[in-house]
Amino acid sequence: MVATTAPDIVRTADGVPLKLKLQRVERSRRLKALGLVLPLLIFIVMSFVVPIGTMLKNAIDDPEDISKVLPATMQALQSWNGQDIPDESVFAAFVADIKQAQKDKTSALVGKRLNYEIPGIRSKVIAGARKIEKLEAGPYKDALIAMDAVWGQQETWATIKRASSPWTAFYLLAALDFERNADNAIQNVPPEQAIYRTIFVRTFWIAFQVTLATLLLGFPVAYLLATLPTRYSNLLMIFVLLPFWTSLLVRTTAWFVLLQDNGLINEVIQLLHLWDGPLRLIFSRFGTILAMTHIQLPFTLLPIYSVMKTISPSHVRAARSLGAGPFYAFWRVYFPQTIPGIAAGCLLTFILALGYYITPALVGGATDQMVSSMVALAINQENNWGKASALGAILLFATLILFTVYNRLVGVDKMKFG
Amino acid sequence: MPMPAYATTPERAWFYAHRVIVAAILVFLIAPILVIMPLSFNSEPYFSYPMPGLSLRWYEDFFTNVRWTSALKMSIIVAVSVTLVSTALGTLAALGLSRPRFPARGIIMSLLISPIIVPVIISAIGMYFFYTRIGLTNSIPGIVLAHTALATPFVVITVTATLSGFDQTLTRAAASLGSNPVHSFFKITLPLILPGVISGGLFAFVTSFDEVVVVLFIASPEQRTLPKQMFSGIREMISPTITAAATLLIVFAVTMLTTVELLRRRSERLRGIRN
Repeated sequence: MVATTAPDIVRTADGVPLKLKLQRVERSRRLKALGLVLPLLIFIVMSFVVPIGTMLKNAIDDPEDISKVLPATMQALQSWNGQDIPDESVFAAFVADIKQAQKDKTSALVGKRLNYEIPGIRSKVIAGARKIEKLEAGPYKDALIAMDAVWGQQETWATIKRASSPWTAFYLLAALDFERNADNAIQNVPPEQAIYRTIFVRTFWIAFQVTLATLLLGFPVAYLLATLPTRYSNLLMIFVLLPFWTSLLVRTTAWFVLLQDNGLINEVIQLLHLWDGPLRLIFSRFGTILAMTHIQLPFTLLPIYSVMKTISPSHVRAARSLGAGPFYAFWRVYFPQTIPGIAAGCLLTFILALGYYITPALVGGATDQMVSSMVALAINQENNWGKASALGAILLFATLILFTVYNRLVGVDKMKFG
Repeated sequence: MPMPAYATTPERAWFYAHRVIVAAILVFLIAPILVIMPLSFNSEPYFSYPMPGLSLRWYEDFFTNVRWTSALKMSIIVAVSVTLVSTALGTLAALGLSRPRFPARGIIMSLLISPIIVPVIISAIGMYFFYTRIGLTNSIPGIVLAHTALATPFVVITVTATLSGFDQTLTRAAASLGSNPVHSFFKITLPLILPGVISGGLFAFVTSFDEVVVVLFIASPEQRTLPKQMFSGIREMISPTITAAATLLIVFAVTMLTTVELLRRRSERLRGIRN
């Protein structure tokens, strides 16, 4: 035989080494599998990932790009040291830009953009633009400062200079109650304007309380369901699964009706003389947490239940036979084995609770609104896409961190419904 | 776990106390659903007991008032479309993901599941911005597209779970007997995983049928789905017709729950997990 063909290389009928052939088959299988997933992957990217990318872009995008309205000013500000009031050249460029903007009817944009960072400046810019239009000749610096003190403030020009970039950290900073001061350094906003940190803390606090409540209520139920004979536990499982399958809005409506001042809960309280007069249950923090706990309870309960189903009762029996007391046997032998289920259920509930919108909006009061409500408010009432996106981006970031933890601890494959 | 014969008195006490506590929690779970149903038959527009009399007037309003009938119609059209698209896409993807040694499985799976995890308000505003730009807001295709993205993860999860118990030697046997992959999918794989596929489809239907936040943002004021009508109903002019709508949706949930449970049992039987 020819010496080049080593006898230990196995070849297929068409002379290709078997190893290579297997690799090719393997690769084509992978590609086929990928091909099956590809339609959905493309769909999700187009209808979901790209929209969320749009939101993230809006969070750092400067929608009122006034660098196009004030091109000469931006040019002139390049050489400004940022410390004192700019010199005459900047003012001259600004006046020229504003005169052009008045013709193009774009000067209002300048006021709108600056107003995001310097509240109340909008009207001054609009009034100023009208006066600037009538200015014949320089020097403009003193004329403008005489017109309105705002033009003599370093902060105004620092804000204009910052607005020259198409990107801005302004919304993200504002969503965490930060702002830039006159020296461009980041600082806390004045306490009377600071609202968002409170809302983020409140959101996490409500989500935590709801998670804790679902754990405290869910654990004993899961334990009973997991240890009862199947025919009983299947029957009781209906109590858990029926609310799970019932529309979120139906459940929120039910709580809305139940929590009324003259609703059933208050009627029972009156009947039993537990309290004088109706309790304020609706539009309260208590109502929000109660309704959210009711809605999230199955999400915490079911993973704990499915882990408990796999725990052999002989472990506890063995512990008891070795002399452990009932509580000790439960706490040292049974409970540690349920921790994966607790982690899965509680993490899922916490993640989902962070994003609640409908329930706090319908049964919560003004001081029970969560981040989602602020996002909706920024879109619907204030028409401020940048702020809504920045709040959304921070909420998304928190959620994704928790989801990564969930994925590490539990695995997305373990997620089950029904 | 029955009470062991060697149980001490405090243990016995706790055994019964535990059952009482669980009973109370189960009542808490089911009570809101049970309380709202009788109110839908109230003859007066109040939300409190005792009811002065019985009447079907809220059901009559639900089925004759155009605000409710058109909302119901809209919800059904959207949910059926969503179910068809997401079941097809989700089942295909689950088949691919269940193949051995799928590349970058963890990352792709996380990406496909992410619409469940991402707060719905974020999905809603993202879609609002993007769909506005490409002209899909205020349109039924836009709502279907958005709902399909939110609903498909449930199909992927459910069908993947069904496929995890699927015996791959069956398709290999079919292939060795000369069946092409498409033929063996329809003749062998699909009939065996069908209960899971239908369950996934029902999940997708319910997800769309129940979704309100995205619709609030991307639909026009005239485009009302049933949840949107209920949401504005609670917010603006709380009409008792809402209790009729809620009761009908509860009946719908019972039907869905029963169907999914029967399908699950059938699927387990087919896969030989239990008889």
